[in-house]
Amino acid sequence: MKKFRKQIEKFVEGILFTSSTVTSLTVIFIIIFLFKEGVGLFNSKPVEKSYTIAINPNNPINTISSEHLKEIFNQQITNWKDLGGNNDSIMLFTLEDAASLFTEEELGPDFEYLPQKINEYILSTPGVIAYFSDSYIPVDFGGKKIPVSKISVGEFLSGKEWYPTSSPVAEFGVLPLILGTLWVSIGAILLALPIGLITAIYLSEVSGQRFRNILKPVIELLAGIPSVVYGFFGLVVLVPFIQKTFNLAVGETALAGSIILGIMALPTIITISEDALRTTPQSLKEASLALGATRLQTLVRVIVPYSRSGIIAACILGIGRAVGETMAVLMVTGNASVIPHSFLQPVRTIPATIAAELGEAPFGGVHFKALFALGIILFIMTMGFNFMVELTKAKKYK
Amino acid sequence: MPEHKVETKNLNLFYSDFHALKEINFKADKNTVTAFIGPSGCGKSTLLRVFNRMNDLIVGVKMEGKVYVDDKNIYKKNVVVDELRKKIGMVFQKPNPFPKSIFENVAYGLRVNGENNKEFIADKVETSLKKAALWDEVKDKLKKSAFELSGGQQQRLCIARTLAIEPSIVLMDEPASALDPMSTAKIEELIYELKENYTIIIVTHNMQQAARVSDFTAFFYLGELVEWDTTKTIFTNPKESKTQNYITGRFG
Amino acid sequence: MINKRIQQTLAFGAFRIVSFLVVAILFIILGFIVVRGFSVISWEFLTSMPEDGMKKGGILPAIVGTMCLIAGSMIFAFPIGVLSGIYINEYLTDNWLKRFMRTMTNNLAGVPSIVFGLFGMALFVNTLKFGDSIIAGSLTLGLMVLPVIIRTTEEALKSVDDSVRLGSYSLGASKLQTIHRVVLPIAYPNIITGLILSISRVSGETAPILFTVAAYFLPKLPNSIFDQVMALPYHLYVITTSGTNIEETRPMAYGTALVLIAIVLFVNLLANALRRYFGKKVKMN
Ligand SMILES: Nc1ncnc2c1ncn2[C@@H]1O[C@H](COP(=O)(O)OP(=O)(O)OP(=O)(O)O)[C@@H](O)[C@H]1O
Ligand SMILES: [Mg+2]
Repeated sequence: MKKFRKQIEKFVEGILFTSSTVTSLTVIFIIIFLFKEGVGLFNSKPVEKSYTIAINPNNPINTISSEHLKEIFNQQITNWKDLGGNNDSIMLFTLEDAASLFTEEELGPDFEYLPQKINEYILSTPGVIAYFSDSYIPVDFGGKKIPVSKISVGEFLSGKEWYPTSSPVAEFGVLPLILGTLWVSIGAILLALPIGLITAIYLSEVSGQRFRNILKPVIELLAGIPSVVYGFFGLVVLVPFIQKTFNLAVGETALAGSIILGIMALPTIITISEDALRTTPQSLKEASLALGATRLQTLVRVIVPYSRSGIIAACILGIGRAVGETMAVLMVTGNASVIPHSFLQPVRTIPATIAAELGEAPFGGVHFKALFALGIILFIMTMGFNFMVELTKAKKYK
Repeated sequence: MPEHKVETKNLNLFYSDFHALKEINFKADKNTVTAFIGPSGCGKSTLLRVFNRMNDLIVGVKMEGKVYVDDKNIYKKNVVVDELRKKIGMVFQKPNPFPKSIFENVAYGLRVNGENNKEFIADKVETSLKKAALWDEVKDKLKKSAFELSGGQQQRLCIARTLAIEPSIVLMDEPASALDPMSTAKIEELIYELKENYTIIIVTHNMQQAARVSDFTAFFYLGELVEWDTTKTIFTNPKESKTQNYITGRFG
Repeated sequence: MINKRIQQTLAFGAFRIVSFLVVAILFIILGFIVVRGFSVISWEFLTSMPEDGMKKGGILPAIVGTMCLIAGSMIFAFPIGVLSGIYINEYLTDNWLKRFMRTMTNNLAGVPSIVFGLFGMALFVNTLKFGDSIIAGSLTLGLMVLPVIIRTTEEALKSVDDSVRLGSYSLGASKLQTIHRVVLPIAYPNIITGLILSISRVSGETAPILFTVAAYFLPKLPNSIFDQVMALPYHLYVITTSGTNIEETRPMAYGTALVLIAIVLFVNLLANALRRYFGKKVKMN
């Protein structure tokens, strides 16, 4: 009997232990999956798979960087001499052009002769640059294939353009997204920190029990409202308001995102800084008052400095939350992937980009991988903020 | 006739429903040391905190009766609390320096009371630290955090901090109870010296300490002031049997 | 000397105004949605299928979908969360493993919801081949609220006085018996509060379900856990941003927002009521 009971105890402990490993495993799996998909980006090329870029065999150019490719197809570069080649104007050729260049007869039924025609066209046009599917490469292809280099980490992190679906060369520069995320989040904290801190101070040091009893549930509710409802409210109230007030073409701006995120960060900031303020020993406050300080002086000179690390933690945690927030930002910031210059411009954040584009990105493709790579960046950013919070918490006043 | 620095008349104090001080009539003269003794929970700290209106901070405290400091009723409407507190210093049971440098701890009281003159502050910090017998130990590290001092040094720093704003009365709530014997001796010595210029009321659980440092002793029991007389009388010839029992260690 | 008191009066007045601003923000948001949404809500709205490109009809499938996701995620996350909370607080002594597990819980709590979406898609939808389904969405949401449940369980257990445990041990009870018969009964009201709050969180999250379960327009009820469903928060998102007829779907958006808020309000009130009820009960004991 006793032995049986012992075994049950051991068994239950086993189950408990197993359950408790789920969180750690999840964190590990999140990392594995993000990296598995995301790191693949740096093994891929920014052109669609099984597409070829080719030029006339007499063209002295052998390699073209993806940035130049993009400029060529955007017709920003129009002459080969800009790339150090001959003085020939660049002739773009894509499959859409085939229809206008060749007659239906020439192409034959089911485009049978298209590969042949492409070959001929490339050989006969010195300035050509052609972009077409591998399936149209003829056996005796005479053009010069241009190798496209893989996406590098440097390009990814410092690239200023995010055009994941542009053809033939997609661009995956996350700088505008990172900056957009930081702008919106830091703007949010700049708005929320003073309000949140003052409210926390009022709550813990000035107001009576009655106001506390009102404010506590209010804060819980603010924290409980789903982010998509905040986004909705922002979209139908705040965005038009901003548009009218600042007389803008569109009201979806970084400012709108910061305001909504700021409201969403308020509960975090209020709760955590209030907890921090409350750790100030009563005797310290009394010592200050006993020296003739007013309550305000005690607050500013003793209580706030004493709870400094907690307040900093609240601030960092608030930024961390804001950085990861998706739906509300997606709905009110306008999502233009440009490097932000003002709060009255549309911006695009990392989470919003993932949410908006993952649905359309073909599974396993470059774009898909790029979105997971964004996930890695986001994950690292938020872990960084978490780590900083732990650090500030551990570091008490010295 | 000696001048009364501190006086209470028929003082009653309630924490909500709890009757913590009952009909207290007490006086302390200028430049004397009075010790408050009595078992835990009898209201010593509560009475001490009546004198600088520290109980104002506690929700639900009700008071009846009169309290005079320098013959002025300190619970009258027009009394400005922080002015009053400036006049009455307080030293707490546990040393509680501010999270600031040693210098700033002492300068704090001056600064919050509107003093901006740097030289004056530096001067005052030095004389206060000297009065608190701490100057020689800290003069080379004034910029260091107050938390780097030992417990006994911290307590003397708290005393220096109190002296810097030149109070005329100093309230001490078991100032040496958290300290080692050496530091305790230093504090007691200090109290003896401070008596020259200040009126001191000290709460203590240590009978020898009360006997050593005080001129008068008041014995409290369950919120009542049972007996109050010169220290000599209380310790050698108390009138009440409760007092007798307490100081000889038979209860409490 | 007078001016430091004037300063204080002014500052405290300003503090008061700022604090009331926070209350005002909540009431503006709530008030706006309640006023606009109230006229939309009807029995029919709550119980019929969407029609005509979601310009007409109701939001029944979205309500049912959200309920399925709440149930699914809680069936999964509640037991695991409570059991891990018990293990961490009752079994682990203060060693590195305890610290490690706490850190991992904190880390998981810090993962942004959209990253959960990515992860859920990669693991449940693609690798385990659940497809876009209730089960994939529920598991994703469940993992997301796991830290909330673990933390509230831990807090609840921590608030049980150690003397209770020692008393039980001294009567010869084993660890398991002590937890089961003495500790949990005292702690469970607070554990339930954690459950309720995580329901509130699950019902409103959008990002984790975007790519794991949510359907844009699916006017039928699910048959199995491998079906896709509509969900309230996603529904609100799509009809405000990507409908073809944003103006005409506006009333439906207000209605949906109101239903979502009502769920959150209700759940919060319930949690508060429970807390108060059990708080009294504990005091009486
Ligand atoms: N803030 C408060 N609220 C309610 N009751 C209080 C409060 N502070 C003290 N009391 C009660 O008032 C009585 C007197 O407390 P006080 O702190 O004055 O005692 P004391 O004589 O200083 O005791 P000790 O020697 O332990 O410091 C005690 O019974 C205590 O429980
Ligand atoms: Mg006391």
